[in-house]
Amino acid sequence: MNASSSEILTQGLTVKLEADLDKNFGETIAREAHGEKLFGCIQCGNCSAACPLSVWMDYTPRKVIAMVRAGFKQEVLSNRTVWLCASCYQCTVECPKGIKITDVMYALKREAIENKIYPKNFPVPILARTFYSEVKRTGRINEIFLLTNYYLRYNIFKMLGYASLGVRLFMKRRLSLFEKGMTNRKEFRSMLNQ
Amino acid sequence: MKYLYYPGCSLKSSGKHYEISLLAVLQKLGIEVEELENWNCCGATNYMSINENYALEITARNLGIAEKQGGDEVIVPCAACFMGFLKTQKYMESESGIRDRVNQILNHSGLSYNGKVQIRHPLDLLVNQLGADALTRTVEMPLKDLKVASYYGCQLIRPYATFDDQWNPHTMDDIARAMGATPVDWPLKSRCCSGSMTSTMTDIGLRMNYVILKEAKSRGADVIITACPLCQFNLECFQGKISRKLKDDVRIPVMYFTQLMGLAMGIPAKKLGLKQMLSPSLVLN
Ligand code: SF4
Ligand code: SF4
Ligand code: SF4
Ligand code: SF4
Repeated sequence: MNASSSEILTQGLTVKLEADLDKNFGETIAREAHGEKLFGCIQCGNCSAACPLSVWMDYTPRKVIAMVRAGFKQEVLSNRTVWLCASCYQCTVECPKGIKITDVMYALKREAIENKIYPKNFPVPILARTFYSEVKRTGRINEIFLLTNYYLRYNIFKMLGYASLGVRLFMKRRLSLFEKGMTNRKEFRSMLNQ
Repeated sequence: MKYLYYPGCSLKSSGKHYEISLLAVLQKLGIEVEELENWNCCGATNYMSINENYALEITARNLGIAEKQGGDEVIVPCAACFMGFLKTQKYMESESGIRDRVNQILNHSGLSYNGKVQIRHPLDLLVNQLGADALTRTVEMPLKDLKVASYYGCQLIRPYATFDDQWNPHTMDDIARAMGATPVDWPLKSRCCSGSMTSTMTDIGLRMNYVILKEAKSRGADVIITACPLCQFNLECFQGKISRKLKDDVRIPVMYFTQLMGLAMGIPAKKLGLKQMLSPSLVLN
């Protein structure tokens, strides 16, 4: 991320001049997330308290909502925070204003992929994209192919750490090289090209 | 009542013992299921993260097939698939723009989804339809003195599912009780296990599973039961690694609720996929 001249980092807070914010960002994300009422958020922090992953996030879910509606597009989309969301829906069921934060996180992930500003070497979007193309290719997931392709794209050496688990699962017939796939893959693929 | 069955990819590979034991239990209960023809992967959280239209379309395709195959209900055992099915149904029901667009695409394959087929998780079918009493009557070997921690995970019970209590789910505990076991009360029943983060953000993923295993053990559970192939995989297959890394022995049997049921119902271990487990298996005496 290129820090613009008007951006000052102070004690972990990103301060920006109003002119540098992306004013439509909040509206865009709210629409993308099926009309979520982001602007009704009262910043109570229930979502952050409920989120089992917030301790590892750079911005807690409450902060993400605040940043989105204020227009911190670049900061939110290039950060790894949204990719740490495991879609567990705990925040969604806890929000007193009925905001579906999980769906907002999904909308942010899609926006980041579309704008190609997701964190490039971060493993979660790599796995998501590998999964995406594997399903498109065969219609179903074969875990061996999925993980091999994922580690090829991410870091092949990391795969070694899983080799013994893989072999044990293979011996137990819980992994196979010959899963029965779909029969009409072409039709399935053409559906995804429309 | 014609029950269709959508296995999803996991139940055909790393979660094979879920499929094997589920089908054995249903058969013993006299419930016949018919596998969906030529089903495709539900896309899980990954498709939703990349392209929402595609995510809805591929799941709607499965629902369209179910309608064409003429079922009343489709049984979806994997928590992630189940949530994705409910989400697609919900969006197609409440947003006519989505419904029309998705159906237009399905039409090219001679399919459409009009909300006729109901989506069911096996827990719903067993507890709310058959009922705990009916289940108790099938028990041949009551699981006396066995303490069971039911782990529901996240997507099985929220945000769309209505068959159980979102805040304090109990259907798996009901089953454990019906089998003669004692459910333990614990606070992490529906805390997320981090999903595929055990492969992506390993340190975080392992720690999140550690917390769950540790809590179940410290509440005196003899076994954890699950209803989701990814939860089961994480808790079972990584418990050795977690114990070594965090220098705390949190190993404990982790099985599917259907395997536990099968044991109590006197179904032979071979038909319950018990040989395919990596974690210490439950030994009954
Ligand atoms: S719980 Fe809801 S209202 Fe409270 S901070 Fe989070 S999004 Fe805003
Ligand atoms: S859905 Fe995402 S943001 Fe919400 S509680 Fe779960 S992990 Fe946190
Ligand atoms: S849960 Fe995962 S692997 Fe299974 S069908 Fe859904 S997406 Fe495919
Ligand atoms: S508990 Fe884990 S595996 Fe189960 S549904 Fe939630 S994230 Fe997925």
